Order: sequence, then C-alpha cells, then structure tokens
Amino acid sequence: MVEQVRKLLGKRLESPQELESRRQSILAEKDPSQTCISVCGGTACRASGAEAVVDAFIDTIERRELQVQVSLKETGCHGFCERGPLVVIEPKKLFYQQVKPEDVEEIIDETILAGKVVERLLYVDPVTDKTITYEPDVPFYQKQTRTIFGANGQIDPTNIEDYIAAGGYSALAKALTGMKPQQIVDEIKKSGLRGRGGGGFATGRKWQSCRDAKGDVKYVICNADEGDPGAYQDRSLLEGNPHSILEGMLIGAYAIGSRRGYIYVRNEYPLAVEHARIAIEQAMDCGLLGKNILGSGFDFTVTINKGGGAFVCGESSALMASLEGKVGEPKAKYVHMAEKGLWDNPSLLNNVKTWANVPLIINKGADWYAKIGTAGSKGTMIFSLVGNIVNTGLVEVPMGITLRQMIFDIGGGIPNGKKFKAVQTGGPSGGCIPEKYLDTPVDFDELTKLGSMMGSGGMIVMDEDTCMVDVARYFIEFLKGESCGKCTPCREGINRMSEILSNITQGKGKPEDLDTLQDLADVLSAGALCALGQTAANPVLSTIRYFKDEYLAHINDKKCPAGVCRELIQFSIDADKCEGCLRCLRECPTGAISGEKRQAHTINQDMCIKCGACYDVCKFNAVLKR
Amino acid sequence: MAKVWINGETSLEVKHAEGVNAVHLTVDDKDIVVSGGQTILQAVERMPGIGNIPALCYHPAVKPYGACRICTVEVSEDGGSKFRFVAACLYPVKEGLIVKTQTEKIKKLRKGIIELLLARCPNVKRVQELAKEYGVEKPRFVLGDQDCILCGLCVRACQEIIGKSAISLVNRGIYKEVAAPFYAYELSGDCIGCGDCAFVCPTGAIEMGPDGKPVLPKVKIPYAEIEAMMKKETVAPS
Repeated sequence: MVEQVRKLLGKRLESPQELESRRQSILAEKDPSQTCISVCGGTACRASGAEAVVDAFIDTIERRELQVQVSLKETGCHGFCERGPLVVIEPKKLFYQQVKPEDVEEIIDETILAGKVVERLLYVDPVTDKTITYEPDVPFYQKQTRTIFGANGQIDPTNIEDYIAAGGYSALAKALTGMKPQQIVDEIKKSGLRGRGGGGFATGRKWQSCRDAKGDVKYVICNADEGDPGAYQDRSLLEGNPHSILEGMLIGAYAIGSRRGYIYVRNEYPLAVEHARIAIEQAMDCGLLGKNILGSGFDFTVTINKGGGAFVCGESSALMASLEGKVGEPKAKYVHMAEKGLWDNPSLLNNVKTWANVPLIINKGADWYAKIGTAGSKGTMIFSLVGNIVNTGLVEVPMGITLRQMIFDIGGGIPNGKKFKAVQTGGPSGGCIPEKYLDTPVDFDELTKLGSMMGSGGMIVMDEDTCMVDVARYFIEFLKGESCGKCTPCREGINRMSEILSNITQGKGKPEDLDTLQDLADVLSAGALCALGQTAANPVLSTIRYFKDEYLAHINDKKCPAGVCRELIQFSIDADKCEGCLRCLRECPTGAISGEKRQAHTINQDMCIKCGACYDVCKFNAVLKR
Repeated sequence: MAKVWINGETSLEVKHAEGVNAVHLTVDDKDIVVSGGQTILQAVERMPGIGNIPALCYHPAVKPYGACRICTVEVSEDGGSKFRFVAACLYPVKEGLIVKTQTEKIKKLRKGIIELLLARCPNVKRVQELAKEYGVEKPRFVLGDQDCILCGLCVRACQEIIGKSAISLVNRGIYKEVAAPFYAYELSGDCIGCGDCAFVCPTGAIEMGPDGKPVLPKVKIPYAEIEAMMKKETVAPS
C-alpha cells in the first residue's frame, strides 16, 4: 500500500537509469553560478551559535525579498570547529569564520549585493599572518585528504537531492547492477579497508565470514555509539552525511544477503538521530530503501535504535545485547558476531566511518583506495583533534601521516606559546605518546607498538601544564564508571587502579604502587572479558612507560611537577613582585589572603583551598604555584 | 592410535572412532578424546586428574557466563606456536586444540584475580581456600566486607531453572549488586522460596530467611531511604 502511494507520488526511483536521470534533472535545475550561503550546522558550530546565524539569514533574506538572488543551506560539520560558526558563500567558496548574527546584514549588503568581501570576517593564518579569502585555501583544509568528510560541507543532510546531485547512491546502483555480491566482498577485501571503530579488523574478512555464515536471516548494523571523551567524528558524519552511511549499509547488506539493518546511535546525539531518521524516510520515499530497490529485487530496511547511555555498548556483543533489549553487557566472542550475533543470526557490524568508506571503494575501485595509506592500513582516517591545540576540529588525513604533521601543520601547534607534552590517541583505552615519537606515522600497527591505539580516532593534545598521573587517573576514573561490572578483572581491577592513582595524586602514593599497577594491568589484559577491560590499563601503562619521573615525583617527593594535583601544590605570593593591588585578596573565596594596599600580600596556608583564583587574576605573576 | 587418559592415571590406546563426534585435545601434555559440542571446562571436569581449572561462576545446571575469569586457560589452535588466554567455561573444544591449565602465566593471572576477590570478600571461605592454593597471603588493597562475588549464579538459576527472575543484577561496574528487580523493597510474589539461589551460591552469601524466602546479600542501599519516605508519608496526611 505504502509502496503504491510512493509510486503514485512519482518520487520512487524504479531503476538505476531513473536515479541517473533524476540526478541530471536536479543538476540542470541548479544554476552553478547562483549564490548560495551555506552555514555549518554541525554540533560544534551550533554550540557557538550557528542556529542564530541561520535564523538571521532567513530573516534578512525574507525581509529584503532576496529569495531569487540567493539560496541558503545548513550543512553538516565542515571540520574547522575552532573557528565556528562558519559561513561559506558559493560558488566561489568565500570563507567567513566566527560569524555572529549581527554580521549577517553586512554579509548580505557587502558580499551578496555588492560582490565585495567583508575583510574582518576572513580567516587570518596565525603562522603566516596571511588573510585567507576562500575555503580551499585555508591551510587547515589544504593539508588534509577529505575523501569522506569533504562532502559534509556541501550537502544539506536533510535533503536527499543534495546527496544524489553530488553523485550519491551511484555506488549502490553500480553494485546492484554490475556486481555480484561476492565481487563486492572481494573488492572490499582488495581495498585493505580495516574497521574504523577501534579494533582495526579487516573489513573484507568480516564481510566474507558473514556472507559464508549459514542462516536465512542476517543483519547489518551501524555502530554509532561513539563514547570516547573528546571524539565526535562519527556523530558529525551521521549528522552531516547520513545518506553515505545508508548507502554503505545497503551495499554491505546486498553483499552478505541481509534484508534488515539497524543504526545503533547514542541517545545523547539528538541531531544525528534526527538526521538519520529524515535520511531513512527520504530514502524510503525514493525507493532507495524498502522493497525492490532500484528495480533489482533487493529489499532492505533500516531501523534506528537509540542507545541507553552505556559506553560499553560500543563493544559489539554488548551492542547486540542492547539491541535485543537485554542489559548491555558483553559476552565471550569465541564464535564471531559475523557468524552468530544479533538473536544468534549472522550480523555484520561496522563503525560509521567504515560504512562511509564503502561507497567510495565501490565507486572508485579497490586499487584506487589501496593507493592511499600505508602497507598495513589503507585509506584515510578522520581524527578529532582536541585538547591544547590551536585548530580544534575534525581532520581527515591519509593513514601514515606523522603525528607531528597532524598536530603542528594541520592543528597549528599548541596555543599560548606552551610546549607540547603528549598526545592521547584512541580514546580512554588508548595511550599517551610523548614528544620523541611525534614522527611516528599514524596507522593501526604503529600506534599499537607505542602502547596506544588508533581506536575510533580521538586525539587529545596536552601541553606542558598537564599532569600525566592526573590524566591516567581521569581515564581510569572514566572507565571505572563505564565498566559493566560483569567480569572480576575489569570491575575490581579498574576500581583498585583508580584507588591507587587517586592516592598518588593526593600524595599518599607508596613506592610499591607502580608494581601493583603493573600487576593489575597484566590481570586486566589477560583476564578481562571484553576489549574495554583488556585495554583499560593502556593510559596507565603508557604514562608509566613515558613519564615515570612524574610518578616518582608524586610518590617520593610528594610534588606534582605540572602543578595540577591540588594536594601537592602550594600557592604563595612573591613579595618582590606583589604590587599590593588587592585583586587576589578580593577574589579569594575563603579570605585566606591578607595584606594592605600597596604592600605585599600573604596567603594563610591553613585557610587556602587551592582553587587557584589568585593565580589566575594576578597581573604581575606574583602568585607562585609549586 | 591415540593414547587416551581415563580418570587421569590410567590410559588406553584407541583407534579413532569413525562417525562419532569425538574431538582430540591435548590438556597439559596429555592427549584426551572427548565428545564435541562441549566447553573445555565441561570436558576437563569429567576427567579427574587431568588439568586443574578452578571456577566460581560456573555451575553445570545453568549456561556458562564467563564472569569470574578464574577458569582462564591458555589455548593454541595452531599446534602450539601461538597461545592465547580464553575462559575455559565458554571456549568450545575443537579438534587438535592444545590446552594448558597450569602455566606460570595462568597461575599469576589467577593469583591476581583471587587477590582482587579476596580484597572484596575477605571473609568468604571459598575465596580464602583459593587464596591459599594460589599463594595469596594478604591483598595489597583496602579490604571490603562483601560476601557476594557477583558471579550471577543465583540470578541465572532463578531465571533459567525456575523461570522466575525474582532477583536480578542491578546497577553497573563496582556498584553492581544482586537485588530484587528495580531495587524493589522486598522480593515480590515471583519468589517461590525454592532456595535454588542459596543452593548455587558459591560463597554462601544468600541464606534462607525464616519466612522461607532468601535473604539477599546486599539489600540495604535504597531501603533505608524508602523507609524514611514511607514514614514521612504516613506523618504528612491529616
């Protein structure tokens, strides 16, 4: 019935030819020279006020009746989140950054109507001091290879026509008409694609075992349960280009013989849920999901399942338990989920980024894909570059680029003239990599050798003011809260690690603690049930490996060299530098500072709660922290 | 011809039995033949004298769960060049599998797990016995006072054997505990007082109460609050 209504509405595409002619007619309707204002509507830009900017544009365009001259579009995340809200004006791709609603009137007057550039909204490269006018010239983008993420900035994620116009669903058409399912699996194998969710398992091999597995009912699942602190690339991809993921899942489903798919997405990602929902609806309307897709006889539907808020549900067996409506706890995977997964049926689970790679491989060929990257890791990877870094944002680079290139060339280095200390890769189960390994090429195997991992692509940069013991404590604390508690090593071991690390940061560390931590780490890696527990010790082990002096300073000297651990620092006032301005005295919440005007102040240590307010407000650097 | 160990000490030379679902294993350097479709732990349990695999969260009456991890052994599927750690209670027996149950690595791992369990439950006899066997003297951690090791046997027995689910595991991580579902004030009418949970409990954390219903190991947390709330409610009207 619904199918017939859709057919009558005339939206439904009955064959690959119809898809192609629809694409041509969309392109023909579009005037490539027409001005189009695209505002980044990614989560980060929204957080900096992009929605108000969009409203201001709509309001201004309507008020001044400019609908004919200019069109407006809210796209997905462009990646340069540090400078949001971003506005790009097509066709020339004029690039305005940190746009506020007040700037909208001026952009319309100057740029849209008078054809001039608003100088003050342009991006100035802090390294060269050069003013950049067009988006492709921004150094942050220039040094990237944006094969997957590039389309995000051009597509309105809520409009399937945008995706079709950009060549969308052509890989699906190619797969359905020109390729046998086994050929698709072979192509994925040949491409060397590895799972982007963290494990780095060979995607083609997973597809093959799922294809070979016996069973009439098979499932295809997209893992969008991204939970690593500081990582948001899966979210941005699902928000900004949901159809690319649907297309990947469709191709995967056709290859393994599945008719039913699920997107398991965090409930905390409302925009991703909403855009995925719209995408599925529109794809159903166009006959790209549902029955007899593009006239091929292949049926496939996708359902969205919202996660219940457990980090461990990103683990495949826990995710499937959660999908089944059970408690999200992992189980042993001595038989792969590809053979016995959801409701004990063969299930193909891949990460958002992995699915997004699939249409690309089918369209451009495995040989093209395999040329990008290193011997063991092919293609590009999207990293979220966050922490103490100048250009916070999402970065897509070919595998094999060095950490230094990523952090200093693309990321723009460390702000405020501070020194680089370490980079934490791979989320809470990854490790901290120190400066001497900055020239390591980034791929699955190299990062593992350094005691860290690729993970889902989180990359947290830390400057010299970071205490590495405190960092390890933070991640262990995170994992303690997220451990499901099923197996002894993870439940008890992480808790004990957290106790020991808290003690060390509070100056109660004992010399034998490092051995105890090592023993606990061994128990976790060999004994834990799932990858969460098995890798949980990585932040501790890598910081002990590279920053042992800091541990020793905390344990033996009761000092925190970075000045972070409150119990181990003391604030005092340098009488020579203090001008007696009363500023810190007024700021101190406990009244611990005393002193007269124009006379050096002193801090009463018994009353000091070490909040650091005096340190932050002093203009003369007279407050000492040590 | 293969040498098959029966009851540990005696051995027999047998031909491969055609048509029988038999699997050849090597456990601690002894070749054994077992029927397929079972786990390593099940196979070894039936062969006294072969292997030494302790287990806490395993009970033959319920499905294996793999939570305590004490049954971890090393296995090799490729004739002994590469070994990995697996839980014996879950890992299926396979033709040609080499199993090692008593290597130094395994002993160290079990010792580590037992140390953690002993720190959680210092007064539990079964854990104390294991600690003695594996040479754990005093845990290096702050001692707790729990009796429950969260093996989940009681919950699984209630669900799988009785089909009731009158008790469940609530909360997660270190806060996980056995309680009535949704932290109900007391066990609901679903509990038929069969005592199965108390019977399978390896630590004696569940005892049968005078009313014929089990007394759960830890039923304190929300109860005091609920009691306080109920008191308030009874005072408030009028």
